[in-house]
Amino acid sequence: MPEPIIALREVHKVYRSGSLEVEALRGVSLDIGAGEYAAVMGPSGSGKSTLMHILGCLDVATSGTYELAGEDVSDMSEVDLAAVRNDRIGFVFQQFNLLASLTAWRNVELPLIYAGIGREVRKRRAIDALTRVGMADRLDHRPGELSGGQQQRVAVARALVTEPALILADEPTGNLDSHSTADVLALFDELRAAGRTIVLITHEAEVAGHAQRTIRVRDGLVVELEGAA
Amino acid sequence: MNWLETVRTGLQAVRAHRLRSSLTVLGILIGIATVVLSVGLGEGTKSSVSSQISALGSNLLIVSPGSTTSASGVRGGFGSAATLTVSDANALTSKVAAPDVENVAPVQSASLEIDNGSTNWTTSVVGTTPQWLTVRARTVESGRFLTAADYAKATTSIVLGPSTASELFGAFDPVGQTVTIDDIQFSVVGVLRSAGSDSSSNLDDTAIIPLSTEVQRLSASSSRSSLSSIYLAATANSTISAAYQEVDAILLARHDVAATAADFTITAQDSLLSTATSVSKTLTILLGGIAALSLLVGGIGVMNIMLVSVTERTREIGLRKALGATPIVIRRQFLVEASVLGLIGGVAGAALGIGGAIVIPHFITNDIVVSPTAVVGAIAVAVAIGVVFGVYPAGRAARLAPIDALRSE
Repeated sequence: MPEPIIALREVHKVYRSGSLEVEALRGVSLDIGAGEYAAVMGPSGSGKSTLMHILGCLDVATSGTYELAGEDVSDMSEVDLAAVRNDRIGFVFQQFNLLASLTAWRNVELPLIYAGIGREVRKRRAIDALTRVGMADRLDHRPGELSGGQQQRVAVARALVTEPALILADEPTGNLDSHSTADVLALFDELRAAGRTIVLITHEAEVAGHAQRTIRVRDGLVVELEGAA
Repeated sequence: MNWLETVRTGLQAVRAHRLRSSLTVLGILIGIATVVLSVGLGEGTKSSVSSQISALGSNLLIVSPGSTTSASGVRGGFGSAATLTVSDANALTSKVAAPDVENVAPVQSASLEIDNGSTNWTTSVVGTTPQWLTVRARTVESGRFLTAADYAKATTSIVLGPSTASELFGAFDPVGQTVTIDDIQFSVVGVLRSAGSDSSSNLDDTAIIPLSTEVQRLSASSSRSSLSSIYLAATANSTISAAYQEVDAILLARHDVAATAADFTITAQDSLLSTATSVSKTLTILLGGIAALSLLVGGIGVMNIMLVSVTERTREIGLRKALGATPIVIRRQFLVEASVLGLIGGVAGAALGIGGAIVIPHFITNDIVVSPTAVVGAIAVAVAIGVVFGVYPAGRAARLAPIDALRSE
């Protein structure tokens, strides 16, 4: 197995709400190597969303360690985690999460603004990223003027623009019709072919079938590994 | 993320919600316009009142007859008693008894008809001495003022106020012409320069003749020696109160009355000024208070809108955080938004206030003086309101956890 991008060791996550404690993750250990395309599957309530949040540095584990691209991010401050998300992770969401008031390329340049990159470079890289996802002719369209599949392509471009170590896609086809789903999955296949590390969270077996490896989550544990583990 | 990008992002957000932003701005705008106008109105009133008062003459004291309660408890009307005489006025010129009095101008005035052929005009005819010009801080526009010789010989020279001159002679130069009062011919020797008018009397509508002439030829015999008032100039602003004491002592001694039964009243110009100033200060504070309240309401409007904005844009905030925005960056973005709203409201409000200051004086008698300091101050206050009332909403935005924010629908 190649050098791991993601290395989880005995990760627990406990949510407290008043006196009630819910253990969403109960000791997950997981390695995902560079260039892997992994699908995380599981029914709702299985802890798959929690796992995704921890993988995406949007939340921190209660105990256990998480190394992302060789760096331990388990105990990082909020500010450092923001920098890690900006620099190493590209997110693709089910709801696309594009800002309606901004044009396609303005949406794509957002992560670069937070990285402190200059205007000219930002614009060029945003256009490059949009070109890579086949949206070069829609640079100045606002999300409202684009179809669902096109919006998700813009979102993928935004995830790619920082050249992150990991692309994390949370139900990226959940809001798309079958045609657009195929379209976006083909795009992920291309990214995989280009050597990107992709973790895709889904509950559809058909979508997971595109990945070379499927990780099943049940009751807060990783219960089954297939493929290249 | 640097400040330039933060400002740009803030402006984008303001632009993206135009209607909401402009309604918020309206609240601030009205507040700032009110502040600019009310401060301007206060300043305008203050400066017009003080210019009216200083137009009376500098370091001026005015002695008026009567106006005290008599032994029997009957209070005479102001200026009704005939207690001031020419010899009182002469006594006040003593450099020994009244060293702080520089000039004395006794005045006997009467409302009389002046004729120029078939044209006639009734005005206040003032009999006085040559000192009047200095004491009342007036100057002559053309010709000359009364001289010591005019007074000594009780000549029939007359100096007209500019309004009186134009009523009698139109645009024609009256110097060298003659006018008639009570069948006595007077020759016009000069015209006063305009001093404007105060709210109670027109300083330009008057005619000045030697006191000696007025006393001997125009007054009824019963009131010959009595004066309407005595105008005095103190040697300096700092000696006004000393002059006041001296005049008071001399007149009390001459009239042989106790201070409590004084049959004259002395008014100092500076006391008029300070009364007027304190009145207009009260006015300014009152108006300013109302303006401050409207600004407070505007500020609460900003806070309200920013809170709505934070709630409505929870997903956006979550996304920005997921993409790498730190809490500080998010806080700044919302603070910039709030202060941009404040700034736009401040600038527009100041513009409206300045516009009002130009237009409104056409409909009311008061001047509105807008000082640059007040305008800059008002804009600064508007921005500060944006920041102060933006802090809480911005803090809420900054504290949102990215997952909670992304999850919200």
